[in-house]
Amino acid sequence: MRYIRGMGRVMKYSAFSIFKQGLSGNKGWRPAWREPEPKKHYDVIIVGGGGHGLATAYYLAKNHGITNVAVLEKGYLGSGNVGRNTTIVRANYLLEGNEPFYSHSLKLWEGLEQELNFNAMMSQRGVINLYHSDGQRDAFARRGNAMRLAGEDAELLGREQVRELVPFLDFDNPRFPVHGGLMQRRGGTARHDGVAWGYARGADSRGVDLIQNCEVTGIRREGGRVVGVETSRGFIGCNRLGLAAAGNSGRVAEMAGMRLPVESQVLQAFVSEGIKPFIDQVVTFGAALFYMSQSDKGGLVFGGSLDLYNSYAQRGNLATVESVMEAACAMVPSVSRVKVLRAWGGVMDMSMDGSPIIDRTPVDDLYLNCGWCYGGFKATPASGWCFAHLLATGETHELAKAFRLDRFSRGYQIDETGHGAQANLH
Amino acid sequence: MASLITCPHCGVRPKEEFTIRGDAGPVRPAPEAKFAAWDAYVHLRDNVRGVMKEHWQHSGGCRRWLVVERDTFNHAVHSVVDAAEFAQASAAKPGRKAAPAKPAKAASKGRGKA
Repeated sequence: MRYIRGMGRVMKYSAFSIFKQGLSGNKGWRPAWREPEPKKHYDVIIVGGGGHGLATAYYLAKNHGITNVAVLEKGYLGSGNVGRNTTIVRANYLLEGNEPFYSHSLKLWEGLEQELNFNAMMSQRGVINLYHSDGQRDAFARRGNAMRLAGEDAELLGREQVRELVPFLDFDNPRFPVHGGLMQRRGGTARHDGVAWGYARGADSRGVDLIQNCEVTGIRREGGRVVGVETSRGFIGCNRLGLAAAGNSGRVAEMAGMRLPVESQVLQAFVSEGIKPFIDQVVTFGAALFYMSQSDKGGLVFGGSLDLYNSYAQRGNLATVESVMEAACAMVPSVSRVKVLRAWGGVMDMSMDGSPIIDRTPVDDLYLNCGWCYGGFKATPASGWCFAHLLATGETHELAKAFRLDRFSRGYQIDETGHGAQANLH
Repeated sequence: MASLITCPHCGVRPKEEFTIRGDAGPVRPAPEAKFAAWDAYVHLRDNVRGVMKEHWQHSGGCRRWLVVERDTFNHAVHSVVDAAEFAQASAAKPGRKAAPAKPAKAASKGRGKA
């Protein structure tokens, strides 16, 4: 254990440390974070020890110097959606309210490993969204232009350019021929657990208490403001309370007497047996909701659409499995004989316009971070960055100014897909 | 989720024949209702973890709208009733405010979505 500038007392990870520990029988490793008992009172409590909650705690300490912070997690750190996604990182949004936020997120991703001294296996392998018709090409050209206006990289590829990168697609599918794709080369994948662990370690080393197996059962209010939370480990007081509970946001908000513009629905994802290097990018199908990449272990990681019903179960139904497999075979016929190894489900906080909420609430000192729909993983750094800013200053961060809770009643929805107030269509 | 759903009209059928619309809780406000009531109806949800009533349509069968009581945590299906019957029962129940008389009446003639 030694002191690293800006990181407090923590073991620094490096090639040298692996070598040194290897020579001494790997007996010198220390836990990456403490397991403290909860204190009686904190300046800030964050409910939810997933990616967003941990990133928020990290940036509260690092950017704002607020270290008397607790993250309360009902299970173990990273046991929710941050460990249950398809690890895709991208910033290819169309609307003004969204794109600068995700652009900032991608920039944070690019420097994350050095900053956290943790191997998050960030791999900027490129994300290709396929298009299959003239109309879709026009829509993607527009999206690409919007991305470039926001300072992001976007490239509209023709059919032959896509063929060069991903030759095994079903280019001549009679129903959905591949005409080309919109590519963001800086997009890619990251190790999902690694991100949570890196932020946890970074936050802990700066003095944040990460309290696991501590379920929030009530929110105590006095005179219209939050004074603390009832938990399975007793009452814990706080000055400010931040909710980052993803799929369980509705349940936590209910404790403060709020109803949210959010429905919790299950989204499944899959991984195949390990195969040789096959697909170098993240490729998304334009004819159905389907996306695929290959993990460093060789497994194809892929997913599709929601199961389309409300659910708090972290598992889905076979009908959806079947439709995802059909989409896989339609896009890449050669995967039809690859065996699927595992499937899992995550509980998505689907908002009514498909965009997130980072805002104050009608209850004083209660702040909300939810509504991430399918897109929570890539947003992790910027979500933490902006939520920490909100918790520290009480003011909305410039990049998250569109993510207001009251935008629904004011008519300022950020509806990327134009589906209206039907949570599961976004 | 249960693989077989008992439709009150068609009997036991595979669940793939049904389309799930979503929460049957929100009741459409009167046209001249206050803005807040419409905002709540369109946007806000109880987002129940546990037993929830949902609108389903037997789209691969009789095409009737149904109200299915389902647990959102373990996916167990508890009961299935016709949406018209459900609306009637709700209207008959004192204290439930917004169950409108008109759709229930129309539904009692055996047509339309309650």
